[in-house]
Amino acid sequence: MKRSFLKFGFGAATLMGAACVFAPVAAQAAWEPTRPVEFIIPAGTGGGADQMARAIQGIVTKHNLMKQPMVVINKAGGAGGEGFLDVKASRGNPHKIIITLSNLFTTPLATGIPFSWKDLTPVAMLALDEFVLWVNAEKPYKTVKEYVDAVKKAPPGSMKMGGTGSKQEDQIITVALEKATGTKFTYIPYRGGGEVAVQLVGGHVDSTVNNPIEAVAQWRGGKVRPLCVFDGKQLEYKDVVADGKTWADIPTCKSQGVDMEYLMLRGIFTVPGATKDQVQYYVDLLQKVRETPEWKDLMKNGAFNTTFMTGDQYAKWVATEEARHQTLMKEAGFLAGQ
Amino acid sequence: MDEIVNLFHGFATVLQPFNILVMVVGIVLGIVIGVLPGLGGANGVAILLPLTFSMSPTSAIIMLSCIYWGALFGGAITSILFNIPGEPWAVATTFDGHPMSQQGKAGEALTAAFTSSFVGALFAVIMITLVAPLVARFALQFGPAEKFAVYFLAFCSFVGLSKEPPFKTIVSMMIGFALASVGLDAVTGQLRLTFGFTHLLTGFDFLIAVIGLFGIGEILLTMEEGLSFRGKSAKINLRVVLQTWKELPKYWMTSLRSCVIGCWMGVTPAGATPASFMSYGIAKRMSKRGKNFGHGEIEGVVAPETAAHAAGTAALLPMLSLGVPGSPTAAVLLGGLLIWGLQPGPMLFVEQKEFVWGLIASMYLGNFVGLLIVLTCVPMLAAILRIPFSIIAPIILVLCAIGAYTVNNSTFDVVMMLVFGVLGYILKKTNYPLAPLVLAIVLGKMAEESFRQALLGSQGGLGVFFSNGLVGSIMALGLIALFWTVIQNVLTRLMAMMAKPA
Repeated sequence: MKRSFLKFGFGAATLMGAACVFAPVAAQAAWEPTRPVEFIIPAGTGGGADQMARAIQGIVTKHNLMKQPMVVINKAGGAGGEGFLDVKASRGNPHKIIITLSNLFTTPLATGIPFSWKDLTPVAMLALDEFVLWVNAEKPYKTVKEYVDAVKKAPPGSMKMGGTGSKQEDQIITVALEKATGTKFTYIPYRGGGEVAVQLVGGHVDSTVNNPIEAVAQWRGGKVRPLCVFDGKQLEYKDVVADGKTWADIPTCKSQGVDMEYLMLRGIFTVPGATKDQVQYYVDLLQKVRETPEWKDLMKNGAFNTTFMTGDQYAKWVATEEARHQTLMKEAGFLAGQ
Repeated sequence: MDEIVNLFHGFATVLQPFNILVMVVGIVLGIVIGVLPGLGGANGVAILLPLTFSMSPTSAIIMLSCIYWGALFGGAITSILFNIPGEPWAVATTFDGHPMSQQGKAGEALTAAFTSSFVGALFAVIMITLVAPLVARFALQFGPAEKFAVYFLAFCSFVGLSKEPPFKTIVSMMIGFALASVGLDAVTGQLRLTFGFTHLLTGFDFLIAVIGLFGIGEILLTMEEGLSFRGKSAKINLRVVLQTWKELPKYWMTSLRSCVIGCWMGVTPAGATPASFMSYGIAKRMSKRGKNFGHGEIEGVVAPETAAHAAGTAALLPMLSLGVPGSPTAAVLLGGLLIWGLQPGPMLFVEQKEFVWGLIASMYLGNFVGLLIVLTCVPMLAAILRIPFSIIAPIILVLCAIGAYTVNNSTFDVVMMLVFGVLGYILKKTNYPLAPLVLAIVLGKMAEESFRQALLGSQGGLGVFFSNGLVGSIMALGLIALFWTVIQNVLTRLMAMMAKPA
């Protein structure tokens, strides 16, 4: 984050010969919305992307960060394809932004709809969402090893992994987990993360890979237990969440002998053909959002990885991630027509 | 006892002047939202959510839940007056509500609908107050197999208990299932029946189908029948409310049964729509005047409205205690809670007592205030029907088109609405019932998902639907409902045989 800011500041200073503190102001004067901005969510109401988008809308409204209103619209059809195609078709209308989750890659790959992230203009990465392996708190498994051993002992496919959607991030993680541990789960897709968490509490599935924000309430209620986090490093949040444990106490899956990592993009894109000024306006807006206490609370509640990226660095990250999904999904047999 | 003390603390919070003002504003906005087809409670709450960010969480949730109440009340208005259900659960209300208003009894129908909504919601709130923790635990027992069993029961009770020929009911339901399977298959993540046409990605939205089948279909029929609109004779004074009230206590049994069905369906969480259909179907079978159902029987309004509102209210319970929304509107409310920094789930009742009990208290009062407001509007609403058809029909058409457009902001949907209108007209002319088709569109996708999730879990064994007492007994109930006519015939014959030798 620091690096990209310095780069931007340096560029602006040389270009305009002004001090870098004035750069955002100058950039903002270049373009700003002249009518309400539509904020598209390629997912249903109540999910992680929806919560984040609505929080951003709330922050923008509450702190008067934008002169025009921001309107949040869910376009969840076809695993989000509806929302992506809508933004793709809105060339020349910069009053439209979209929040993405992993379905930015998985939906076109799995369904073959005519869309790629390259059809949109990247604005900024807001955060990365973590994934945690959860089991029911009444089950005896205290560590990943105990759980994996139990799965190995059971007849193949008799242990159930619950997740959101089909051929999307949760199932990709499940397949990667099977590969890394040599186990076999039966993956059961549900509509949303909240439902998945409750199915785990009710004992209808054996484990889940819920995002922290989807399962935190059940953890605090003592109903579920986190085993490991699918990130390269442990989480940073040191506030006690449940029975004396913090997010930072959850070991990484890697350290437990499960060699895999997965993080999900929570990023913003805008319409194809948006100008530099327009993109810069949204980057500045999101910077301001990130500095509010409400945003910081949201990050803490959901134990998000707060990496922020813009410009080329962001585009490069997205490209790498797309290639990785292509490989992962190909190996799993999830590609359209496969 | 603790609960009662907490509840009174809640009342004290809600009765602050600002909160009462918020409540009235919320209900009026909600009614407006409920009346406009397509806008719906979920969208309405979503649009108005930002309004509440400057308030305290308690005032904000009072406002939003009052919008929710208002929308619930409002949904019945267009169903009864124009045969256009604004919300999925108002479909069953049209069956008898609209014939009533055609016979000039719009005032009675509206009063019955509003009063039943109030009774249903009140019953559910009392249940929430008394047994919240128990009910939450019950909801946890619902896995995919149990959910499928509930949908199965809803479909079966419709086929078996309906007075229409079962063949026509099933044909109509199958058309609904076929339409419901268009779009993304949630279990395999593949697109189905879209033929590479991106407009079909989203499948057929229930609201488009309903606005077309009922609203447009109705207008086509009325035009053919010679523009006669007998709503003119509707009484337009407040006395009609009192007269209807005198009549309502007769239906206490229907009411009570519908309350129980509603609460159960709301908590499970199958939702308000199956609750209203099931309650209507059962009332039709059980009532002495069952034959008149569909031709403007007041009991046919009482049953679905009571159940829908009991379910809509009870659906808030799993949202608060488990974090699982029982309806789309509840899902948006859930988003709101998170923005105010409240984490729904098992700990909410422990950590945020003031908020939770404030909300529950506002359910009591909001419902009451809502009833007062809508009842005073009855004469005004009934008067709408005095406007000549040639003026009101184009207005309804425009409203339908706007409604269809707002669902997904797509003009394609407006075209689809017209197609559904023609389909509705043809089905009505050939005496195929529309309700099973709608039921299948609304619940088909969810039923299919639960069915396949259950089979995934059991690795293909159908035994999972009878694997425990809960799912087994719901499935058995469903089968009994499906073959009810056959069972009844056999029973009467057996009785006759027993009687002969004696």
